[in-house]
Amino acid sequence: MAQVTLRKVVKAYDGGVQAVKGIDLDIADHEFVVLVGPSGCGKSTTLRMIAGLEEISDGEIAIGGRVVNDVPPRDRDIAMVFQNYALYPHMTVFDNMAFGLMLRKFDKAEIKRRVDNAARILEIGPLLERKPKALSGGQRQRVAMGRAIVRDPKVFLFDEPLSNLDAKLRVQMRTEIKKVHQTVRTTTIYVTHDQVEAMTLADRVVVMNGGIIEQVGPPQELYHNPKTRFVAGFIGSPAMNFIPGRLENGAGALRIHLPGDIVLPVPAERTDRYKALAGREILFGIRPEHLTEAKNLDRPHVAPMTATPEVTEPMGMETLVHFKIQGAEICGRVDPGASAHPGRPLPMAVDMSNMHILDPQSGRVL
Amino acid sequence: MSQGTLSSPVAPAVVSPQSTLRRLARRNSTVAFLLTLPLILLVLGLVVYPFFYALYLATLNKRMTRFIGWDNFTFLFGRQTFWDVVFQSVLFAVSAVVLKALIGFILAHVLHALPAKGQRKWRGMLLVPWVIPPAISTLAWWWLFDPSYSAFNWALMGIGVDPVPWLGTSGWARFSVILVNVWYGSPFFMIMYLAALKSVPDQLYEAAAIDGATGWQKLRFVTFPMMRNIISITVLFSLIVTFANFDIVRILTNGGPLDSTHVFATYAFQVGIQSGDIPLGATISLFMFPLLAVFAIFILRGVNRRNKEMA
Repeated sequence: MAQVTLRKVVKAYDGGVQAVKGIDLDIADHEFVVLVGPSGCGKSTTLRMIAGLEEISDGEIAIGGRVVNDVPPRDRDIAMVFQNYALYPHMTVFDNMAFGLMLRKFDKAEIKRRVDNAARILEIGPLLERKPKALSGGQRQRVAMGRAIVRDPKVFLFDEPLSNLDAKLRVQMRTEIKKVHQTVRTTTIYVTHDQVEAMTLADRVVVMNGGIIEQVGPPQELYHNPKTRFVAGFIGSPAMNFIPGRLENGAGALRIHLPGDIVLPVPAERTDRYKALAGREILFGIRPEHLTEAKNLDRPHVAPMTATPEVTEPMGMETLVHFKIQGAEICGRVDPGASAHPGRPLPMAVDMSNMHILDPQSGRVL
Repeated sequence: MSQGTLSSPVAPAVVSPQSTLRRLARRNSTVAFLLTLPLILLVLGLVVYPFFYALYLATLNKRMTRFIGWDNFTFLFGRQTFWDVVFQSVLFAVSAVVLKALIGFILAHVLHALPAKGQRKWRGMLLVPWVIPPAISTLAWWWLFDPSYSAFNWALMGIGVDPVPWLGTSGWARFSVILVNVWYGSPFFMIMYLAALKSVPDQLYEAAAIDGATGWQKLRFVTFPMMRNIISITVLFSLIVTFANFDIVRILTNGGPLDSTHVFATYAFQVGIQSGDIPLGATISLFMFPLLAVFAIFILRGVNRRNKEMA
């Protein structure tokens, strides 16, 4: 097991296109780090550079303190689980898992012990003599993980391993992956475009966008304290609402003036943080879960507002209401018992203690 | 409701022959059969009929006037020339196919490693031997081997090596016919293997690289097993075609010197057409069938098994 370090890592293709634009990242021993971001953000390229499947154009990658820029994949002591599993179709499950050990000239008894152990952890013992064709998607996924586990490598790399599974199996396998990590404690780097996977699995999440790292931090920190509009919008589902407005100073208290004559008071404890911004155009950010039916209005940080939903989406445990404020699409989460109906005004409450104020130009959270 | 407005709920008991025909014509299997009918007729006319006719001929005497049973077969078994032809046919087909497969495999790998842009150019050039009609290209080879004007010998003499009787002695003649067949047939293997190589998912090689495989181990444990079916089928196909080869031997050596380069087809032609013993010629040609059937059964059985396990 080992720590992984990336220093000013760049991946440039012919024609000058940069997929990764000089990123720095320190991953500690035993840590489970998830690289998350939209398609084309450079997360898979970064993982493949760590694996040695892509050359590094500039910078330095070290695994366990050893710079591996020019070390071929087979000598990096890593194991990787691919999106489409990449199982050898002509080999049995046992041979698929044993292949890496066989190439490294482990003796047969040790290979059998390790494969049996991994098969026990992943509950695939009865499948060992089958060929991949005779396995379901979830079983193939387990075999691909088993192939990584038997090697007992320094680092596990996962490249969108759950993307090909159906929604139910994905949730199940997510738990499996977490369980396996808790058992083997190997440093893990996991790539996904699904922020729910990132939030549920990671010790730390790395949000990437356009070849750069937007923010690194534990899931809760990214959720509560995003640093940029991209992170604020990417983490959380449904996404955070952004409404253009103005910060005003009135009678010793700051207020946010939104279109449609909506005025929301800034909580007193945040006055110092924002008072220099008074009079400026801002972007007001609020998550749907902090935009609810009218409740807790007696508390100082909860402000009332009225909205007329255009669409309501009952989800069972909650109902999503969609409305517009001067063209901006807004989503709120209300109790299924609240009488939310399209076209009918609904009294709502804004939890201002969870609001965010962003710079409309730079997109930075202020 | 008056009775007059009721329509009969029961379908007519008797179906007219016209509607049965129409239904038959609409069935998918009927359409498929009709579409393959021209090919079936072609196979019946050009393969099945001649095969049974050859069987019939093989039981007749030279004048084709009397039924003589197995006599043509026993006659052939007693002749050394026939066994020489069997030996030469097997030697010619097996060594040519092995060499074609090997060269095709290497060429396919080299082409596969080239960048896409240059690949097309080389692929086109390497396919040239296969697209020239063999009768014409073999004439060019014959010219190259010619004892008086041989370009090969001219080149050899240039570097101080004695001229080689390319088509004049048994050993060199056998080598020459195999060489020309390999030159002609390798591009077919190359293009088939190249297609097979392109169908191996890159991620398998990446997984193997991470598992610790060297280039040679990737070839042995990933490429080769993934290509086994296509290798088997091309080898079988080529074995059939090479075994039945006629034009190269006929033009280059005409079976000589001393019948040492005859294969079944040229020997059958010589005995049956040139010497006028059609029943004996038919008997010779029939020997190809059991030999190829054995190869085909073994190879196709392996292909079927792997197909079930993989893909």
